[in-house]
Amino acid sequence: MNAPLRRLSVLVIVMFVALMGGATWVQYFQASSLNADSRNVRTLYRDHGQDRGPIVVAGEPVAFSEPVDDPFGFQRVYADGPLYAPVTGWYGLYQATGMERAAHTVLNGTDDSLLLSRVRTLFTGAEQGGGSVELTIDPAAQQAAWDALDGRRGAAVAIDPRTGAILAMVSRPSYDPNALAAHSSADADAAYTALLEDEGDPLFNRTIGGNLYAPGSTFKLIDLAMLLETGDYDPETEIEAPTEYLLPGTQDTMLRNPGGGTCGGETVTLEYALQVSCNTPFAMLAVEHGDDALREQAEAFGFGEPLDVPMSVTPSRFPADPDPAQTAMSAIGQFDVRVTPLQMAMVSAAVANDGDLMRPYLIATERGPDLQVTARTEPEVFAEPISASTAATMRDLMVNVVANGTGSPAQISGVQVAGKTGTAETGSAEDVAPDAWFTAFAPADDPQIAVAVVVEDGGAYGEEGTGASVAAPVARQIIQAVLAE
Amino acid sequence: MATVAPSRIRTGRAAEVWLLLLAVALGVGGYALVGLNTGDALPEDFGRYALILAAVAVVLHLVVRWRARYADPLLVPLVLALNGIGLAMIHRIDIGMTARGIPFAAGPRQLMWTALGAVLAAAVIIALRDHRTLRRYTFTAMVAGLVLLVLPMTPGLGVNRNGAQLWIEVGPLSFQPAEIAKILLAIFFAGYLVTNRDVLTLAGPKILGLQLPRVRDLGPLLLAWAVAIGVLVFERDLGTSLLFFGLFVAMLYVATERASWIIIGLLMFAAGALLAVNLFGHVADRFDIWLNALDNEIYNREFGGSGQLVRGLFGLALGGLMGAGWGEGFPHLTTHANSDFIVSALGEELGLTGLIAILLIYLVLAQRGLRMAIGVRDGFGKLLASGLAFTLAFQCFVVVGGVTRLIPLTGLTMPFMAAGGSSLVANWIIIGLLVRISDSSRRPAAEGGGEVVGAETARIALSAQNEGTGEGPDGAGRLRRRGGTPAAVYDTADDVPRVPANDAHDQDGDDDQHTEVVQRP
Repeated sequence: MNAPLRRLSVLVIVMFVALMGGATWVQYFQASSLNADSRNVRTLYRDHGQDRGPIVVAGEPVAFSEPVDDPFGFQRVYADGPLYAPVTGWYGLYQATGMERAAHTVLNGTDDSLLLSRVRTLFTGAEQGGGSVELTIDPAAQQAAWDALDGRRGAAVAIDPRTGAILAMVSRPSYDPNALAAHSSADADAAYTALLEDEGDPLFNRTIGGNLYAPGSTFKLIDLAMLLETGDYDPETEIEAPTEYLLPGTQDTMLRNPGGGTCGGETVTLEYALQVSCNTPFAMLAVEHGDDALREQAEAFGFGEPLDVPMSVTPSRFPADPDPAQTAMSAIGQFDVRVTPLQMAMVSAAVANDGDLMRPYLIATERGPDLQVTARTEPEVFAEPISASTAATMRDLMVNVVANGTGSPAQISGVQVAGKTGTAETGSAEDVAPDAWFTAFAPADDPQIAVAVVVEDGGAYGEEGTGASVAAPVARQIIQAVLAE
Repeated sequence: MATVAPSRIRTGRAAEVWLLLLAVALGVGGYALVGLNTGDALPEDFGRYALILAAVAVVLHLVVRWRARYADPLLVPLVLALNGIGLAMIHRIDIGMTARGIPFAAGPRQLMWTALGAVLAAAVIIALRDHRTLRRYTFTAMVAGLVLLVLPMTPGLGVNRNGAQLWIEVGPLSFQPAEIAKILLAIFFAGYLVTNRDVLTLAGPKILGLQLPRVRDLGPLLLAWAVAIGVLVFERDLGTSLLFFGLFVAMLYVATERASWIIIGLLMFAAGALLAVNLFGHVADRFDIWLNALDNEIYNREFGGSGQLVRGLFGLALGGLMGAGWGEGFPHLTTHANSDFIVSALGEELGLTGLIAILLIYLVLAQRGLRMAIGVRDGFGKLLASGLAFTLAFQCFVVVGGVTRLIPLTGLTMPFMAAGGSSLVANWIIIGLLVRISDSSRRPAAEGGGEVVGAETARIALSAQNEGTGEGPDGAGRLRRRGGTPAAVYDTADDVPRVPANDAHDQDGDDDQHTEVVQRP
């Protein structure tokens, strides 16, 4: 009977090896997907019962965990909640958004980069805390954008064109993340529902997501880049600029200039066309060069490209297959062109940085629980959409826009500002006020900041509701805040 | 020119002391950590817990020294370690459930059952001087075992819990008779198979290179199958059914060395189970849960959903490699965390590392059981030891496999760990039996003043002989009436004398080398 006994003991070993394999499969290979399962209350309890690391702006924590006497043990607190809400997001019982979500594994201490520190706590027996995340946000720029957009719906984003570091990210109306991070799920749910139903869509981070905007005339920067890149144009090139342009393929649809007037003659220089933001010359040139050329240039600036800062940015888009009339409308930032403010800031930033577009980022450094730096973002080139000479020409033309043209409200004494206005019709109905746009960088000879501002329904605030009167002053205040430092 | 030097035989008792210390330290340490990590203080009844665990260790060690000094030194420490860890986890879940507002106090009860189990194991070691005595009760064990199996189906006595008709309730006490039936049926199978193995080994037709048994010998297998399927159908418990059938097939294989038995057995069980799946919703549910556990619809199903299983998986996932630590996880979020799902609770707080360590303890325990079966000299002992050891391993496989989604979930208890008196007591009795068998397995042949077998064995053998002349005691006489001629019952008791032709299948011949010679008057 011994031979079968030996075989039976081998079978028992096989059974146990299978069990160990099964346990390893669940506890190691499947663990992260199981931990991420939305039905997993354990992760919730564990994460909320943990001293989660802070989100830091200029040395001050804007989101941090505070010990409290409830079943969870720690409460997430947001200092200046609404101001930083588009960046921090909130860390609620059932969902996390914004940076809280994007940097979750660092903040809760489970990120791979914190492995060493975890091994240390394994031996010291200390409680593993979360890592901290230091943002690139400049509090002065953030505050200036916040104040300038007070009482309006809109967004402003500022980046350092030399590195891609995001200096300001403001979206209004905003919300108080503290209400959403409440441990009473009834309170948190009530707050969330109220915000969801709010007509102002306060939960949208308008700078990188939410409903995208039509860029209006700021899109002419991309037209300009496309034209200059062909090598056939310079600022003095005379281009056709009729008062009315019959859209190709239509019977009677006329494209007019802002205000419906002339552009200062049958032909104007390229420089002048941009200075006063004529519609007809850019529309005609776009039709002449075709939608493909325009789309290629837009994509070179990052249109259609997924981007994480580390929150994911909704890609801006240029229509896939427009007919010539639609191409003409697209060239002036109407029809189906849709952008995020961050995308338009990136266009200015590329011009400011000699044609090199730096990858935008929000996290400057990550630190372990012991405050050792575990990761530091190294600036990197995201794309090279235009040549240095195109960039130089565009800078001069944009400086001219602010000095002598539509962008004059953005003028700052002693500082050369380069910018472009935009006014986007948002609907066919006459009573809907247009969105006001402004994108700029400064100082023109040594750029330190690139900015994009959009004010929804800008017409409700300005006499004509143009980007110049509504959005440009916001940009000016942000630039001043940064340059004042 | 051999010189005979007196050599001291190592009994392993000293090693057992150290291992017992380790085992107690594991349990007591876990218990202390649960208190320290959940309430910053030692548990209230820490002293009592440590005392009882230490007392169990001391008492069992002394009993083994006294009555089974050659017993395997690993058995009791391994079991005590498992029992101690289980107690700590049950206490931890009491705390967790109480914190959830559901007062739980399974810990103290389990501690009481532990003490009772250990006392019974000691009683088995003391009272049962030779495991071969049990063979006298082969058919008594069968009847008792079947009665116990059927007991929960008795109206007024049986209770249905969670869809399984497995418990009986008398006043405030409830018991799971199947746990004791497990031991009795192992005794019956061992006794029956050691007597009939020769018949069952006879070859029948050969199909596809597989030597099949004769059709007329299929009877016992069919009976065991019918019982297993009966349990499945009437008591609605796939686990228990699987356990009995697995036990029988494994022992049948050990007795006859014919792999064809296993294949036939497995096919029959698969067919029966498949039929059950189609006929009964609860079995089909189990398969559904197994295959599609993470489906939202199945997860949220109110009855027969995968919520419990998936919450157990979430616990295991939270534990990861190193575990949350004693008292630092949330095992109490899983239903039945201290019984059916104690494995996922352990995996959550002790991690994959701890879980594998625990599985290794079970593996070593089962392997020691099979090893003693190889060492022991009589066929009955071999079959009983291997049957009991295999039961432990198999039960472990079914439980852990179910919880980790390796196989469909069935309702069996984790031996020595899960909360529940019947299971704990029954498994401690098994350990008592294994200690007894291992003692005779490891006893040097010269032990006992020149006698090859103990006095008890000799008495049995003698009574068997006497029985032929009508002088046997009552017990033997009863066996004679069932088993045919006395020789048929007893000639294989010590594997001697046997017809040489029937021994041919003992390829390695280990059995026969150790053939015991009964001194006859």
